[in-house]
Amino acid sequence: MIDFVFGPFLEFAFMRRALVGCFALSLSAPPIGVFLMLRRMSLMTEAMSHAILPGAAVGFLVAGLSLPAMTLGGLAAGLAVALLAGFVTRSTVIKEDASLAAFYLISLAAGVLLVSLRGSQVDLLHILFGSVLALDDPALLLLGGIATVTLFALAALYRPLVMECVDPLFLRSVSGVGGPVHYAFLGLVVMNLVGGFQALGTLLAVGLMLLPAISARLWATDLSGLIPVSMLLAMAASLSGLILSYHADLPTGPAIVLSAGALYVVSLLVGTRGGLLRRLMRRRHLAA
Amino acid sequence: MGLRQPPGTIGLRGVTLGYDRHPAVHHLDGEICGGDLLALVGPNGAGKSTLLKGIIGEIGCLDGSIERAEPAGAIAYLPQAAEIDRSFPLSVLDLAAMGLWRRFGSWRSLRRNRSELFEALHAVGLNGFEDRSIGTLSGGQFQRALFARLILQDASVILLDEPFSGVDGRTTQDLLALIRSWHRQGRTIVAALHDLAQVAEHFPITLLLAREPVAWGPTAAVLTPSNLGRAQSLSEAWDEDAPVCAREDGHGSRAPTGSGHSHDHAHGAHDHGHSHGRPV
Repeated sequence: MIDFVFGPFLEFAFMRRALVGCFALSLSAPPIGVFLMLRRMSLMTEAMSHAILPGAAVGFLVAGLSLPAMTLGGLAAGLAVALLAGFVTRSTVIKEDASLAAFYLISLAAGVLLVSLRGSQVDLLHILFGSVLALDDPALLLLGGIATVTLFALAALYRPLVMECVDPLFLRSVSGVGGPVHYAFLGLVVMNLVGGFQALGTLLAVGLMLLPAISARLWATDLSGLIPVSMLLAMAASLSGLILSYHADLPTGPAIVLSAGALYVVSLLVGTRGGLLRRLMRRRHLAA
Repeated sequence: MGLRQPPGTIGLRGVTLGYDRHPAVHHLDGEICGGDLLALVGPNGAGKSTLLKGIIGEIGCLDGSIERAEPAGAIAYLPQAAEIDRSFPLSVLDLAAMGLWRRFGSWRSLRRNRSELFEALHAVGLNGFEDRSIGTLSGGQFQRALFARLILQDASVILLDEPFSGVDGRTTQDLLALIRSWHRQGRTIVAALHDLAQVAEHFPITLLLAREPVAWGPTAAVLTPSNLGRAQSLSEAWDEDAPVCAREDGHGSRAPTGSGHSHDHAHGAHDHGHSHGRPV
């Protein structure tokens, strides 16, 4: 059993690297997911992950399978879409979900067009499903850097971010930081998705951001519980996904996200805060 | 601008506020003096909320200007239907603590000021609710929590948009007592209200608004049957084909003289309603 769990990591450096990379992402992406879930913007990450594609594709067209080029391209495209959508939301009648949908569709179409200009289907699959078993030093540094920046930024923005989530009008009435805080948060979302697309691929980066956050909701109610629980769940999913993919010879990205999915189903059933089994049991009510 | 004004004063200079060029508040002139306890009364669609949003700076003036003695951020504002997401996992104490934002910003620790937070909750009768999540409060309890936040904002100007709608009588009395204590402390308070008996009992000054200002002055003189009838008769719907307003904009230079110093809010409708395309 011990060998089953630790063997792959003791034996192979690429498994250790994959684990470190996924743990870094597990510390930064889930807290972002918690805020997205609480703001009812869960599906926004899906849109953003598509928005990143043309940037990564441009990087790919220019420099081939180069991490810095694709990362910078992805960051640029994601931030452009986030800023444009945010600007349109704040200055026209279009609501945030609609303006994001509009920009991500434009962006995704441009991305597919660009990928089809050069490169085979195999390359596209590589972009979409990631390369967690081939993380080199620069990729690990990138993931670690993103996790560091994300955690420090969340600590710095925590109070205004919570206020912007709960009562944006109040924050507007006492201070002008609401807008910048919102943009900074969107920037963190994009950064983590770009980090995730290195490890897990564009499509599945969203999974490690959201599934642990949503599962955490079934174990904790307030932010001081949600954020650590979501991190722990993401790390558990990373570990079990890597082990599963090693032993069963499965693609790593989907294995990790499916592990997170399994943890979600378990949380749905036995979660202490609104899990299904708790609902079925009708417990005696309290006196006051 | 506004440096010579006493604290809490808000000057309205030919203010027109509205949406999509249609005025919701039309050519309003006058001065809310520092320390006024002003009731804002009028039928639905009269522009009460719009005026408060204009004063807080949430919407810009279509015409004229609003002069504030302090920056817009120093004005406390309780909106009618707060956009607050009550499903967000936040405690009552945290919600009230938002009122400390201007003093504490996003960094400084609130730990040493916990007693101040507890006092504010105590003042609105929410002892023991500190750790309750805001989603578990009833409507009236939630309104009390928002008043605790207003206390902590410690603002010299407080704007309240229908603060008692959906609130029971007991809570209303408690909150009115709180408003009176703010008045005694010399704060400027503007409250949009519908309960005329309540206005007559607690608010010395009233502005009766029906898109146009109908009357502004001592409450007893404003809330006369003829004024109320006139306010009621002004139509709520706007005219899609309304022509551009042709009223001369001399208000800005004319109104301030005399009105600010003598505490005389005699800007009735008598000088309005001329040379204007829309029937009144």
